[in-house]
Amino acid sequence: MYELKFDENLCKTCPTGDCLVKCQYLDVEKKTAVEEMVKIGQGEDSFVLQDCVTCYACEEYCKRGNHPFYLITERREEKGILTSPRAITKQWINIGEPQGKYRLGDVKERVLSFGFMPEFLQWVKGKLFEDVMPSYIFGQEFFCNVVYIHFANTSIIKERLPKVVDNFRKLGVKEVIFVHDECYGAFAHLAPAYGIEVPFKSVHYFEYLYNRLKELKDFIKPLNIRAAYQRPCSSRLSSDQHHFVADIMELIGVDLIERKYQGENALCCGGIYAMAFGYDLAHDVQKRNIDDMVEHGAQYCIFNCPACQSSIGAEVAKRGIKPIHLIHLCKMAIGEM
Amino acid sequence: MDDIAHSLAMIVGEAYFSNQPEEAYFYARDPGLMPPHKPDYVVVPKSVEEIQEIARLASREKIPLVPMGAGLALTGLTIPLKGGIVMDMKRMNRILKVNEKARHVIVEGGTSQGLLKAYLEKNYPRLRHSMPDSPATATIAANVMIHGQGRLTQQYGFNSDMISGLEVVLASGEVCKIGSCSMSPDWFSKGAPMPDLTGLFLGWFGATGIITKVAVKLYPKKKMRDVEIFITDREDLVPDMVYELTHTEMVEDINIFAQPKPMIFKDNHHIAIFITGDTDEELEFKRKMTWYSLDRFIKSKDGGFMGVPPVMKPTLLEMPQRSVSRFADVKKGGGFEYSGPIIMVEKYPECAHKIVELAEKYDLGYSGMARIIGRSHAMMYGFAFTFNRADPDMMDRTRKALHEVSEFALEAGGVFWKATVDEQKMAMEKMDPNTLGIMKMIKENLDPNGIMNPGNWEVI
Ligand SMILES: Cc1cc2nc3c(=O)[nH]c(=O)nc-3n(C[C@H](O)[C@H](O)[C@H](O)COP(=O)(O)OP(=O)(O)OC[C@H]3O[C@@H](n4cnc5c(N)ncnc54)[C@H](O)[C@@H]3O)c2cc1C
Ligand code: SF4
Repeated sequence: MYELKFDENLCKTCPTGDCLVKCQYLDVEKKTAVEEMVKIGQGEDSFVLQDCVTCYACEEYCKRGNHPFYLITERREEKGILTSPRAITKQWINIGEPQGKYRLGDVKERVLSFGFMPEFLQWVKGKLFEDVMPSYIFGQEFFCNVVYIHFANTSIIKERLPKVVDNFRKLGVKEVIFVHDECYGAFAHLAPAYGIEVPFKSVHYFEYLYNRLKELKDFIKPLNIRAAYQRPCSSRLSSDQHHFVADIMELIGVDLIERKYQGENALCCGGIYAMAFGYDLAHDVQKRNIDDMVEHGAQYCIFNCPACQSSIGAEVAKRGIKPIHLIHLCKMAIGEM
Repeated sequence: MDDIAHSLAMIVGEAYFSNQPEEAYFYARDPGLMPPHKPDYVVVPKSVEEIQEIARLASREKIPLVPMGAGLALTGLTIPLKGGIVMDMKRMNRILKVNEKARHVIVEGGTSQGLLKAYLEKNYPRLRHSMPDSPATATIAANVMIHGQGRLTQQYGFNSDMISGLEVVLASGEVCKIGSCSMSPDWFSKGAPMPDLTGLFLGWFGATGIITKVAVKLYPKKKMRDVEIFITDREDLVPDMVYELTHTEMVEDINIFAQPKPMIFKDNHHIAIFITGDTDEELEFKRKMTWYSLDRFIKSKDGGFMGVPPVMKPTLLEMPQRSVSRFADVKKGGGFEYSGPIIMVEKYPECAHKIVELAEKYDLGYSGMARIIGRSHAMMYGFAFTFNRADPDMMDRTRKALHEVSEFALEAGGVFWKATVDEQKMAMEKMDPNTLGIMKMIKENLDPNGIMNPGNWEVI
């Protein structure tokens, strides 16, 4: 079985305890943060294991190369501490079960991966993607399964991810551009953290879009709009890619508004919170988030994750802000929408 | 053409009469499992007078007379078990009068659910009736005849509880008005405060009279409608969950389903909760109240609200919900039947176990689906099986499974809904003899020659 590389000695000498101090859902100061992480590392009980809402952010807050969120998840699973109702967890695990219904385009060494998000089959069209399309893959067989960390279920990830890696290996691909950043996070960061070998280069679609837009710069008409960015939980697993959002906005003439819940302080879309914890937490987070967009004069809300878009897109629209996925925004900039 | 054929053709017009094998083939069967039996004649009348004449003729000649709506009850109720005349009501499809302020509509005895829905949407967008999920061609009169249930059943009871008057043609050919309309121009009550005589007809499957008009109560139609799905892996907790939900009095309809496919539905019980509102605030308030009502189950991790994928919502919000009909053809042979006993909600866990047990025993595709009736007063639990009509073995296995459902339902204290002839016999055997005695009196007096849908509710 794959084991997580986590070094609690790093915590013992940690000068900040940022993983928990910066947490937006727990109220913890440095001393407690470090103590609790050490306890968790040693397999002891901690209130953190009960109260963590699975926003993933501590993976990003820790700058010392540790994996606090993966660890919390592992320990929860070992202790049988559920994050979500059992039925919800079962449902999600069932949805991700390979069914032999995957779809392959004309797969080349360089390929686009849509994971298990059917929206992308429609969205990934036009000049932006002609460089690589129709080389694509879609389906549960290529689904990273990382979402199960929300459900404190790493064993299903450890069981399925190596098979998924193997499916990629069988296709002989050398470079995979992931259109969902959770998948990118899975292959670029989570797999190595668990010692799973990945036989291809992972590219985040942010980077791909950025480079492509530079190639298509003659087609770009600056959009001259003010937009908020809804940063998804999964982006915390690939925080090295986050800067591309600002870079792309600059290329296409979008004024990314400065607001309270951005960057490290981003708030979750609340979709998972609703399923796991009920009405109040989800609605509180959503309200604060959208109020913040409104207060700072956003005309558009840019989504990176289709699941976030379906969680709060309608609510955002009701408040007079246009919800749009990053891919569509880029298409708009080159006159394709 | 024999004399009877000639007389019938004279009554309804040649174009609306047939004694030809094509029509006999078609009218001999329904989409369910009952063996077919051919009628001798098929008529499609257009007026009350024509129906009266046909009834007089049938009485005089002692020919069976079987009224039929869309023939979608599935349990063989329109199959002419003893031949005779099938009277297809579909041409009696006028919407006669809507009283907007008193919220009711008077329709003819063959008017379809779809027609009324479309008519109201166009002309009275603030009014609605309790739509069942049967295909839109199903008729309103037949649905109340079999005590159907629809989208408003959780709020107002069986669809037959929502009527406010009937006009019936008896076997003798007499026309009879039932309810306030018997002494007033207004159709606002089916009985109260007078003796309620609708029971002489409703639930009798046409064996005591033919409904030529029915007044159906209409209800406020809110501008918005939404659905949430609460899921649980604990079927034993479903009755408590329903109890909490119905306590809120915020919910339009509650349906529960459990089925093994597609994968998103595997392993869980799904409580689909429909809410309506005229404003965002009203809708959100109701949503909040329903979510709060189930909070303790979320806290104990025994259930949670699933994220309903955007592609799934329109399907769920459709009226009628066509996915039910699609399920009817999963075996690609167009066979579908469900036994839907009316039973206490507390029996949900037993029903849920039973359907899985039977599906495994007889190797059948299944879906268990329940609709809550009233504020948890009862439920219709549908044991639905699909089968391929071209596969006699599968049909036989389905028949056996449904027979076991009937035995189980009776044992569990349930009452058959739209009972097959066999179930009617089982019910009458179990029934209090004095109750049966009253049924006998009614049947003998209203249908002395035993010509009305014979084979059904034959009290011996
Ligand atoms: C996919 C599917 C989904 C369904 N979902 C629902 C549902 O959600 N709720 C529900 O209640 N039902 C449901 N049903 C069952 C059934 O289709 C409906 O109840 C429907 O309303 C029956 O109407 P019908 O016109 O087809 O009746 P028929 O089958 O034509 O008739 C039913 C009975 O009424 C008698 N009858 C017909 N017309 C008259 C009349 N004018 N006077 C006297 N007797 C008459 C017939 O002789 C027969 O005994 C469903 C069926 C299917 C196939
Ligand atoms: S996980 Fe990282 S941030 Fe948290 S205590 Fe350990 S080293 Fe510090």
